[in-house]
Amino acid sequence: MAKLNLNRVPMNKQEPEIRRWNPYEVALGYSYEQAVEEANRCLQCKKPGCMNGCPVNVDIPGFVGALAQGDLPQAAQVLWKHNSLPAICGRVCPQETQCESQCVLGKKGAPIAIGRLERFVADWARANPEESGVFNPELPKSTGKKVAILGSGPAGLTCAADLAKSGHQVTVFEALHLAGGVCVYGIPEFRLPKSIVQAEVNYLQNTLGVDFELNHVMGRISNVDELLKDGYDAVFLGVGAGAPMFLNIPGENSKGVYSANEFLVRLNLMKAYLFPQYDTPIKIGKRVAVLGAGNVTMDSARWALRMGAEEVHVVYRRTKAEMPARAEERGNAEEEGIIFDLLTNPSQVLSDEQGWVKGMECVRMELGEPDESGRRRPVPIKGSEFVVDFDTVVPALGTQPNPLIPRTTPGLETTKRGTVQADENGKTTKEGVWAGGDIVTGAATVISAMGAGKRASAAINEYLK
Amino acid sequence: MNKIVEKKELAPKIKQLDIENPEIAAKVSPGQFAIVITGGKGERFPLTVAGADPSKGTIRLIFNEVGKSSKELGTFSVGQELRGLAGPLGNPTEIENFGTVLCFGGGVMSGPLLYIAEAFRQAGNKLIVAIGARTSELLIFKEELQAIADKFYVCTDDGSEGYQGVDFLNDVLKEKKGDYALAMSVATATQKAICEITRPFGIKTITSLTPIMLDGTGMCGACRVNVGGETKFACVDGPEFDGHLVDWDLLESRKRTYVAEERTSSLCYEMGEEFASAEK
Repeated sequence: MAKLNLNRVPMNKQEPEIRRWNPYEVALGYSYEQAVEEANRCLQCKKPGCMNGCPVNVDIPGFVGALAQGDLPQAAQVLWKHNSLPAICGRVCPQETQCESQCVLGKKGAPIAIGRLERFVADWARANPEESGVFNPELPKSTGKKVAILGSGPAGLTCAADLAKSGHQVTVFEALHLAGGVCVYGIPEFRLPKSIVQAEVNYLQNTLGVDFELNHVMGRISNVDELLKDGYDAVFLGVGAGAPMFLNIPGENSKGVYSANEFLVRLNLMKAYLFPQYDTPIKIGKRVAVLGAGNVTMDSARWALRMGAEEVHVVYRRTKAEMPARAEERGNAEEEGIIFDLLTNPSQVLSDEQGWVKGMECVRMELGEPDESGRRRPVPIKGSEFVVDFDTVVPALGTQPNPLIPRTTPGLETTKRGTVQADENGKTTKEGVWAGGDIVTGAATVISAMGAGKRASAAINEYLK
Repeated sequence: MNKIVEKKELAPKIKQLDIENPEIAAKVSPGQFAIVITGGKGERFPLTVAGADPSKGTIRLIFNEVGKSSKELGTFSVGQELRGLAGPLGNPTEIENFGTVLCFGGGVMSGPLLYIAEAFRQAGNKLIVAIGARTSELLIFKEELQAIADKFYVCTDDGSEGYQGVDFLNDVLKEKKGDYALAMSVATATQKAICEITRPFGIKTITSLTPIMLDGTGMCGACRVNVGGETKFACVDGPEFDGHLVDWDLLESRKRTYVAEERTSSLCYEMGEEFASAEK
């Protein structure tokens, strides 16, 4: 075994002053040599902690070990066994709080860059489909059972892939005109290229034989009871938490105020950055305020910069320590020149005579006693109100479940927060119906939704036996 | 799916398409809308459904060719398929026997009005129907609406046919006060005018709002409107609201968000083609 190496191989990125002007992917990925070198740092622990940190239980030492040997097909096959969407996970999973946080190397130095290696193997397999041997799995004989998956985001796609691999006939119903859920409408091109999402969807459709019904707004055109009556043996709800939240402060309906969802849907799903080549416009001013501190906040702020804004501020009522965004994304945003206005809370959006945003009145905050989330509660400092000029304001304050499905599904119990009640395997209070992802947990991560999709698929499989 | 099976020009720049989509046709009710996507780079735009034939599996859309997307939709011919059609969206019109219902249809919205008015009629209501347009040649469904109306009126902005403007409705209501009213128009000023006429009579007036929409399913909030001091999403809370509670200025202001971009888009579409053919 090679000598213990505590430093990870750095990954190439577009330089901040270059990338802030373009929509292309920021991270450029490892070369073959870099990937093998990094993989060789792995100690191949007998009791690998990394796997415990993975919501879908990828055999991490298995694929990293194969990669260290330069056996790419083997690495790909091990990876795909547990994860149908590795190119997405390698890019957007918060590895630093999951697999990589459990790596023993992390005790003394830098943990293995598992996410970067996953991305490398996934991208190699996509570029070498024949050689990788992962795109022509032997599908079992059809079981004759039909499963309906509602929503084509990470939970739905994972559940669909696993059930199709078990021989069930799977149909995915998606409300929008493209499949992928948050991966197509929410996460920006510069973090997750849409061609990659499309490739993953194509794999489900062409290789695994999953049917996709797009433009299908469940709860309106059909409902769960009708699906069960129409011969579906089980239903999985992976419809996400799609409804945006606002601050409910005066002036929030002014022109130039976009919910982060609207802002990102225009740019990502509708490609407003290519207007007028694409038909959907967006109007982004010179001074942009994005409210919040999650990954969606960073995504919106960084898009605004790429669309030509001169100054982009993230306005957050707590401090950096409480920010829920991934450290990497916050770091990327800082490098690109995003300004952080911390301990600051907007109290009013100000507009001009034509109804356009012209600024915000904000109040300074200080941290008080911890609240129920365990974070110190921000409290306004009396008399500290001040006004700042902005011409675009993007509240990125989180999302809540869209009530359409629960409302049209009798027998499906929901919580006070509007999320669907489900056990650890996704089983809901309604016979034959499972749920997973943000519709159960409230807004969370791609990988936790995938984990939920995976557990539900196992439970559905058992149910259909 | 989404194949055009019939196409008609109802008036200059007003077109009617019957589109094959059996699932929507089976589910849609009067008052609901659909999101249309013409092509691969197209935007998502809402149109109020103007009719459905579940036996043929078709729905009817009527639109004015004003911007790029509607102009492009107008070029679709029988047999061609739309890139996308999502629906039925929004809540259906509340249909009951209210007594006498005043139904107003402005311009292209006389199409969806006919669909809704037929349902009111079937529920046993008496109908006072009034339709309006900028000028005589833009009036649509005159005969069809007249046929189901107990009283029928026509008005135009320029006075070229019937009454000039909508003020005559004051006299109509003085003569026979209705029990319920429905105001359909894409013009905010017209909707507001009708609602202000019915207000002193105390007639509950429902109006279908047409703000800018994006997904049409409640996930973006582009269509937020203020009704009775509360923010509502027209796509999921509406599209119909109590017209006496709507903040019309906000609605009109937000509808004008992309005036410049809409012009750019429309010009690129028309002039782009012109230049391309000149270069050939």
